[in-house]
Amino acid sequence: MSISKMNRRTLLKASGLVSGGFMLQMTIPVHAEEQKGLVRSKELNVYVEISSDGQITIYSATPEMGQGIKTSLPMIIAEEMGARWEDVRVLDAPLDPKYGMQGAGGSTSIPRNFNEMRRMGASAREMLIGAAALLMEVEREDLQARDSQVIHSSGRRRSFGELASLAAEQPVPDPEFLSYKDPRAYTIIGTSVGGVDNLVIATGKSNFGIDVDIPGMKYATYTRCPRIGGVAKQFNEREIKQLPGITDAFILQPDERAGKAQMAFMDGLAVLHGGVAIIGNDTWSVFDAKNKLQVEWDESEASQDSWSDMVAQAKAAAAKGGATVRLENDVVGPALASPDNKSIESFYEFPYVAHICMEPMNCTADYRKGANGAPDTLEIWMGSQFPGQVKEIAANMLGLAPENVTVHPQRLGGGFGRRAIHDFAAEAMAISYRGGVPVKLTWTRTDDIHNDFFRVGGFENMKGAVSADGKLAAWDQHYIGYKYPDRFVIGSGLRGNEFSMVALENARVTQTMMDLKTACGAWRAPGSNTNAFVEQGFIHELAELAGRDHLEFLLELMGEPRWIKEGDVNALNTGRAIDVIKLAAEKAGWGRQMPPGKGLGLAFYFCHAAHIAEVAEVTVDESKNYSVDKVTVAIDVGPIINMSGAISQVQGSIVDGLSTMALQKITMEGGVIQQDNFHQYQIMRISATPEIDVHFIQSNNPSTGLGEPALPPLAPAVTNAIYAVNGDRIRTMPLTDAGYTLV
Amino acid sequence: MNKFEITVNNETHEVDASPDMPLLWVLRDKLKLTGSKYGCGIAQCGACTVHINGTPMRSCVLPISAVSGAVTTIEGLAEGGNLHPLQMAWIEHDVPQCGYCQSGQIMSAAALLANNSKPTDEDIDTALAGNYCRCGTYVRIREAVHTAALAYDAAKGGA
Repeated sequence: MSISKMNRRTLLKASGLVSGGFMLQMTIPVHAEEQKGLVRSKELNVYVEISSDGQITIYSATPEMGQGIKTSLPMIIAEEMGARWEDVRVLDAPLDPKYGMQGAGGSTSIPRNFNEMRRMGASAREMLIGAAALLMEVEREDLQARDSQVIHSSGRRRSFGELASLAAEQPVPDPEFLSYKDPRAYTIIGTSVGGVDNLVIATGKSNFGIDVDIPGMKYATYTRCPRIGGVAKQFNEREIKQLPGITDAFILQPDERAGKAQMAFMDGLAVLHGGVAIIGNDTWSVFDAKNKLQVEWDESEASQDSWSDMVAQAKAAAAKGGATVRLENDVVGPALASPDNKSIESFYEFPYVAHICMEPMNCTADYRKGANGAPDTLEIWMGSQFPGQVKEIAANMLGLAPENVTVHPQRLGGGFGRRAIHDFAAEAMAISYRGGVPVKLTWTRTDDIHNDFFRVGGFENMKGAVSADGKLAAWDQHYIGYKYPDRFVIGSGLRGNEFSMVALENARVTQTMMDLKTACGAWRAPGSNTNAFVEQGFIHELAELAGRDHLEFLLELMGEPRWIKEGDVNALNTGRAIDVIKLAAEKAGWGRQMPPGKGLGLAFYFCHAAHIAEVAEVTVDESKNYSVDKVTVAIDVGPIINMSGAISQVQGSIVDGLSTMALQKITMEGGVIQQDNFHQYQIMRISATPEIDVHFIQSNNPSTGLGEPALPPLAPAVTNAIYAVNGDRIRTMPLTDAGYTLV
Repeated sequence: MNKFEITVNNETHEVDASPDMPLLWVLRDKLKLTGSKYGCGIAQCGACTVHINGTPMRSCVLPISAVSGAVTTIEGLAEGGNLHPLQMAWIEHDVPQCGYCQSGQIMSAAALLANNSKPTDEDIDTALAGNYCRCGTYVRIREAVHTAALAYDAAKGGA
């Protein structure tokens, strides 16, 4: 199929059609076979190959789930080696220890890989320069790499393609002596580059896990107990096996070993749950059979969690006061009680929410018994944020040595933290092992929701006081969240680097953590995506109580510009905070007279090393219909690698944040998740999309990630704006629970 | 199992399937055309959108036995080796993030442009109301549809 090749000229022409401002480049996928025999490719290091015809191949070793990493990391290599981006194609690297830890999560891929990518680019560049010095018989010092060429001061030049063979034989430079480009000379980093897979996506040819097809493959479903922790005792096996297209069906017993993981945040989560596997000839047959499945469950150990109970327990805990003190402060109690101060108490609530990646969880597994004493082997195809971890599951559950397990990472149809936990891979490999056939396990959307590791719900009871002269006198924050009997719940409770815990004077912080069985995990900006709503909403409440302008009050709370922990990017820098707050306010026209029914709301949050302020402009009518008309965002994440990708992440975070705060809530009653599919759990539609105005402060700090941090400030910015319109303080999400309808 | 003859992207296929098997699974599992995506199975998310005689349909709820007309999928949208203006605009505007929903978005937009080559924002909102994107690429989808409309209109005018 060569549609892509035939259209390269058309595509490039099209990119000039509209002056959208994007410098557009795309890598045309060319099958490796087409290359063979024509040109020879030489490896300069594990990330870089150059062929004699000048094509530069850069490998992407970090999972791509929509965060744009497959484009941005190769841009860093190309920049440092002096490549023209037009000459670069990006291929997916296999899972291989030579690439180090291959994973994506926590918005860490840029800061974790930036220096390594620069090193790889600089190393390749020095090998090319070394080759050119030999060929041209000149001094290295008089050579520089630019536009995929090595150019001598005399103007003589050799292309990278001409140099590739000799360059590959040059000694690999000692990283200690590598020098790096002056960022002012960058020609790729900081520009807008289109995603390298845009063409395959737009033509429907991309390689998501769910699209995998291997010889002899069967299709599978797996049905767990509706109450997590339940075990299958028996099912209508004869009836199921007689259904058309069904080839096998069996019970799997739970297996805790699958959940063991070296990475602390995932350890103990991806256990194999008991359930019923159905195998058949196509996806529809097994989905249809799943609907006819009748299972008798042993629910003696199963979850009985109920949202309604959780709310009641949290309110009781709020009345009782915090059980554990995280931050003590003796002035808080007296200040709250003082008749000279004005004080308030506010109870905030945020729900469980689901990941709902557009691609439901799936995994293809091929377990093969070794013949004649050879070891058993397993091949896995899946989209995963941490594909290497799948080998741990195979080792712990099936006893397979890592060298006998091959994982083929596929593009992820969304991750958001969900594809960091591989319970569905444990199921697929167990089904292939037991069923004796290669299977593609596809979860139905209902499986995907019910079996999620949810964003944990929770509560915060806030007390605060302001003095007669309008200053903050007391901040008393009581977090009411969840823990498992033997481990923490990701995203529940405060981490310790939040604004209120590190920078706020007169603050006291306590928490009460209650037991949970419902499965929870990392969900885009864990912890921050809920605490921002409370922290930034309550600051606005206090500003109003004091009769102060919100912007002025927030800047006052930031205090003097200072870095809470010098040199630590994960520590708040109030100077950077003040800069983004001021910029967002200025760009949004903070303080201007708003027409009736319209208002502005401000919020700031620091997480994932990012300082971000957002101003939402909303319209609200008397029936509580509201629209978010515009969101102005000011961000400091250091220098931007890919401007188009960075803006895209911010736009996406705003839409995702709005979608979640407006519409989404998972509830459970008696352990059963109450939402089955999108008719009961909605995503915001295109019509509600606000205008999004993004401004970057490219400060002289290390570049850090943008997949998550623009989401948390959105919810408080919107609720603060609604308050500005009608004086209604919203302390619960989603806003449908407060009677508000997003239009 | 019954035999069905269907025309997909100008090619005729004979497939064995149960009459209630949705078109989506015929496309994906039988014909190995995986560009149309499974998202919900209840016509709520639009990831499975295809055209039947030019009309956008949710293939996840359309039984094969009820398909009466020529099917076009994302794989067949580019004609004669030329990308559809929407596909070019999607690249131009760097629309995709994870990319999973984009086949459906493009197919819904293509049906809109076929009937309305100068769509307003409201027209786009209506035509794409059935297509979810969790990555939140809606801003760029709107821009890309407008860009494609210009090219589409120019091409039609020149024809």
